Amino acid sequence: MKLFRFFSIGIVFGIVLTKAEAISWYRIYEMFMFQSFHMYGIIAIAIATGVIGIQIIKKKKIKDYKGFPIQLVDKDRGFVRYLAGGLLFGLGWGLVGCCPGPVFILLGTGAFSIVIVLVGALLGTFLYGILKDKLPH
Amino acid sequence: MELLLGTWHWAISGFLIGIIMLVLVYFGKTFGMSSNLRTMCTMMGADRASDFFKMDWREQKWNLAIVLGAVLGGFIASYFLSDANMILHLNPKTVENLNQLNIDAPAGKWVPDAIFGWENVLSVKGSTTLLIGGILIGFGTRYAGGCTSGHAISGLSNLQKPSLIAVIGFFIGGLIMSHFILPLIF
Repeated sequence: MKLFRFFSIGIVFGIVLTKAEAISWYRIYEMFMFQSFHMYGIIAIAIATGVIGIQIIKKKKIKDYKGFPIQLVDKDRGFVRYLAGGLLFGLGWGLVGCCPGPVFILLGTGAFSIVIVLVGALLGTFLYGILKDKLPH
Repeated sequence: MELLLGTWHWAISGFLIGIIMLVLVYFGKTFGMSSNLRTMCTMMGADRASDFFKMDWREQKWNLAIVLGAVLGGFIASYFLSDANMILHLNPKTVENLNQLNIDAPAGKWVPDAIFGWENVLSVKGSTTLLIGGILIGFGTRYAGGCTSGHAISGLSNLQKPSLIAVIGFFIGGLIMSHFILPLIF
């Protein structure tokens, strides 16, 4: 039952990203070419909703579903890993037009050649695991 | 019906994505899709190659459930919640740019045939492009510790400076790719 809850959230996530056309290579290309506000609008409103929601959670000390205080973990400090990793991901995002969520959602829409991107993404994750200790963070 | 079947407005879509992130926080989880790639590596035995993959993947079952749901969501949205004549209303300038790159216009598709069509995928150049794109996504997100959902949405919502650096990186990479590298490939 617990997993069903998350499965349902996933369904909504998949529907929203598809209907927002955020899974489309075209929309990502258009965004990076600065030729449409659409994607920027989506990201900006999502963050604005998030910031307001998180502030309310913090100010009102809202408890989670089990009644425990909600604790948000801060990201580790660092610079190189965020900029370098971010840049590499950005190159991939611009090339194949999808981030890790849409890779899966596109499978559902029937764009099956996305499987190659998924295999690549798993390979890339694996490579990072192997090279991790040799990289500056 | 038109509202439901057409392109959802960016404000509605963005709001819903923000709510999804908050609902996950309420359930004691962190919104982040790229973590699933690591979990899947562990499930396939990557823990034998690197300590980075030594974790109990069962603790991540909730996130894998989201992935499965997302696949079904994509299916439902594109087969039952879309107009048969679905077209992406791109900026005419974008279509013009695509023309110059010999990339086909949307015409009812989510992704261009020039990149995802089988004719291209079955060529060495086509499949290598998709594979390299995937490797960059997998490697980059793990190096940066998150992707669009983990850093741009979750991280920035919690005003995390590392996430801001990562998102700036995402955009530098994307801009370099779209403006300079794509014209070289196509």
